[in-house]
Amino acid sequence: MTPMRYLPKSPSDREALLKAIGARSINDLFASIPAEYRLERDLKVPRQMAESEIVDWFQERSRENGDGYATFLGAGAYYHYRPVIIDSLISRGEFLTAYTPYQAEISQGTLQSIFEFQTMICELTGMEVANASMYDGSTAAAEAVMMAVRLTGRRSAVVANSLHPEYREVLATYAHHQSLPVTATSFTDTARVNLKELEKLITQETACLLVQSPNFFGTIEDIAAIAEIAHKQGAMLVVSIAEAVSLGIVEPPRQADIIAMEAQSFGVPLGFGGPYCGVIATREQYVRQMPGRLVGQTSDKNGKRGFVLTLATREQHIRREKATSNICTNQALVALMVNIFMTIYGKVGLRELAKQNLAKANYAAQQFGKHARVLFPGAPRFNEFVAQTTEDPYAINSRILGHKIVGGLPLKKFYPELGNAALWCCTELTTRTSIDTAVGMVAESERSVKSAKQEADVQEVTR
Amino acid sequence: MKHVTRKATRHVNQNEGLIFEKSSPGKAAWKLPPLDVPDVDPSKLLGSAERKDLGQMPEVSEIEIIRHFTRLSTWNYAIDLGMYPLGSCTMKYNPRVNEVVARLEGLANGHPYQPERVSQGALRIMQVLSECLIAIPGMDAITLQPAAGAHGELTGLLMVRAYQQSKGNPRKKILIPDSAHGTNPATAAMVGYDVEKMQSNARGMVDVVALTAQMNEEVAALMLTNPNTLGVFEQEIHKIAEVMHAKGGLLYMDGANMNALVGKVRPGDFGVDVMHLNLHKTFSTPHGGGGPGSGPVAVKKMLEPFLPKPVVITKPDGTLAFEYNRPQSVGRVRAFYGNFGMFVRALAYTLANGPDGLRQTTEDAVLNANYIRTGLEGIYDLPYSTPTMHEVVFSDKLQAKKGVKTMHIAKRLIDYGFHPYTTAFPLIVPGALMIEPTESESKEEMDLFIEAMRSIAAEVEEDPQLVLDAPHSTRVSRLDEVAAARKPVLRWKPAS
Repeated sequence: MTPMRYLPKSPSDREALLKAIGARSINDLFASIPAEYRLERDLKVPRQMAESEIVDWFQERSRENGDGYATFLGAGAYYHYRPVIIDSLISRGEFLTAYTPYQAEISQGTLQSIFEFQTMICELTGMEVANASMYDGSTAAAEAVMMAVRLTGRRSAVVANSLHPEYREVLATYAHHQSLPVTATSFTDTARVNLKELEKLITQETACLLVQSPNFFGTIEDIAAIAEIAHKQGAMLVVSIAEAVSLGIVEPPRQADIIAMEAQSFGVPLGFGGPYCGVIATREQYVRQMPGRLVGQTSDKNGKRGFVLTLATREQHIRREKATSNICTNQALVALMVNIFMTIYGKVGLRELAKQNLAKANYAAQQFGKHARVLFPGAPRFNEFVAQTTEDPYAINSRILGHKIVGGLPLKKFYPELGNAALWCCTELTTRTSIDTAVGMVAESERSVKSAKQEADVQEVTR
Repeated sequence: MKHVTRKATRHVNQNEGLIFEKSSPGKAAWKLPPLDVPDVDPSKLLGSAERKDLGQMPEVSEIEIIRHFTRLSTWNYAIDLGMYPLGSCTMKYNPRVNEVVARLEGLANGHPYQPERVSQGALRIMQVLSECLIAIPGMDAITLQPAAGAHGELTGLLMVRAYQQSKGNPRKKILIPDSAHGTNPATAAMVGYDVEKMQSNARGMVDVVALTAQMNEEVAALMLTNPNTLGVFEQEIHKIAEVMHAKGGLLYMDGANMNALVGKVRPGDFGVDVMHLNLHKTFSTPHGGGGPGSGPVAVKKMLEPFLPKPVVITKPDGTLAFEYNRPQSVGRVRAFYGNFGMFVRALAYTLANGPDGLRQTTEDAVLNANYIRTGLEGIYDLPYSTPTMHEVVFSDKLQAKKGVKTMHIAKRLIDYGFHPYTTAFPLIVPGALMIEPTESESKEEMDLFIEAMRSIAAEVEEDPQLVLDAPHSTRVSRLDEVAAARKPVLRWKPAS
């Protein structure tokens, strides 16, 4: 057998170790495993590969995976530019190969960076405290609802239908065994939450209302009006933000009690859906019911500023079954990407970046509007919009795909009531050329549907 | 310092403030290309929803950002610097080819909703990894969706509940040994189960007689870590499984310690029904300062209908697809498909090892833990003399006589150039020192570690204060955690 390259021992080292231990063979050390269960054959996994073979194998998979395609997909996962220094910095072994910073004296790098992350998330969301991260936006939203349940002592929730459908599914999974009924509320023809219906649904028994803004259709909710309805009944308002770049130019939901965010847009690769970076932010008074890790500032024996993990009495390793959540490992390295991204764009850049997104989506919606029906006018949008076509969007998309462009997300799966609708997203990386190409294909589709219809009408008349 | 530290030397590192303290208006680290569409007036498009001010967000240049984070990084200890013997955390080498392949264009930029026609590469990675992660523990089916170990536990118990419900009664309780990780009871509570604690026997193992007495039709499952948190293999595991199964209960295995078993024994063979794997432990994906993790859950056939959706299937034409039509599924535990980037890394690790490498890895991990046990036995108290697998648990009993506790010894270890072991866990060992070297340590590194631990034990005898006040060599000394918790300062604010 050739030596395995990750293992730092020679055969004679192994002999020396066994001798020191007083074992005759390595199998002596596995003697506590009952003989009938010991595996005496090779595992059925592929044979050991050279590094070059591994790279080749994955390169082939990469080529089979839409390498080089432009995309109009958003819907909770956004394609933004990632400045190169993000990967230069997170690849430093001291960040990459460190554990959770429990030993503060030799983890100040991670701890200080999380403290900066918490600060910037607070600034951007308008909240007073933010945690060190959650798994993703969907689980952050579900955990935020559980947090509101603990804070209010009430046992039901209302959730907007315009919340990401997969987030709603995750909440349903989490809520199911907490005997927590969740009621859905509809949206109006502006795609905003139906306030009249909300008035009826939210009662003195409601722990919280969960909405997303910009919502799944890209529409910005009227948070002030929604908050008023929730607060009137003593319910909390939880706002989910799936497109973090919107915070550069869209007023944050300051009236919310808890914000559950997905920060993927801030420098995290699409990566086929993960790892991403959820965050929960809230008011100071609610911090002791917040799940997840928190970093706090303190000082050492000599009065020097330093940072530590704090308020751990909320967490599972201390409180066990009485903890605020079972979360342990979170998304620290991804939060570091987010942190570096926020630092790079900063106060001015984030706004300019968000403005470009707004401009691209606005141009695209105008162009689409010439040939298709852009749904939900009358309320402001960020970088997504819904376009309804006569033809099935899957059919249009498969033609667009021929131009190495992935079209908008057909909504039939999630919202069959919207018919042939698709959710289109534009970011700063969407080029005018791709927009024009996609619009051209939609226009062509409408023309051919129309002429087919005319032909049918003519046939009808002649018959 | 009296004793010689052969591994580490003090050296200068840079001071660095918070990034906000370096910010000033007019500096930038970004540049956008010119807009190729007409510019817009945000106030017209957004009205009152327009944001005008981004508050205290920083304004700094690129070189400052590079220096800022590079300086911060040098304040961290890391596997790349040396042995990181945190028990139950499996801090092994994180291969760099994993990072390279995870960043290949088509994988890093793949959108989760892109058409399946152009997602075959990602689906294939998920399928091949699934096959490996089913073969290794000897199970029948798997979900890759959970984002970490605790999330895997949640998913596993949701499936337990759904299974028991399908048999007519979800049952009320989960049995959990007193040696378990805190995530186990926290998870059981999230799934609406009551936790019933089980006492370990004198050998640190599950007491089968006591279990038999405790097991009844109210118990949905037993959550067991094997090897357990003492690093001891539950020798009567098959009897434990029999007791559970006889009364309709399931056996859940916390796979946190799977690094002791890969290629040597398969949990599926000794009666485990459902278990999670930690890709950030056993399968070498980086811990990254606390994540991302990934916690796939492998199950036996009868639990397959309850897996979270979607699952990856092969269609009749041979292409791969996601299957959503799973009427008995517990639902979704996360948006999209899980921490895909970690799947890529874990598969790269598995391919780099193959069956022979995986077995050798396990053997080396167990060999290393036993070598450390031999090197420190007698110097530190060994509360359980049962055979050691991949980690060994000592106690501070001998040092406590001088007032020195496990945390002090751990902090002193920092001065010797090592990351501390896990302290004060498992809870059944008062003053525990939980040491897991993993397979990634050479004999030389372990000899330095043993020497450091012996030297500290000598210091405890000669000059306990030296150990009590440790660490002495770090850029900050012991931090005031009480003050941090009493009056939490959780964000920076400008001096007013």
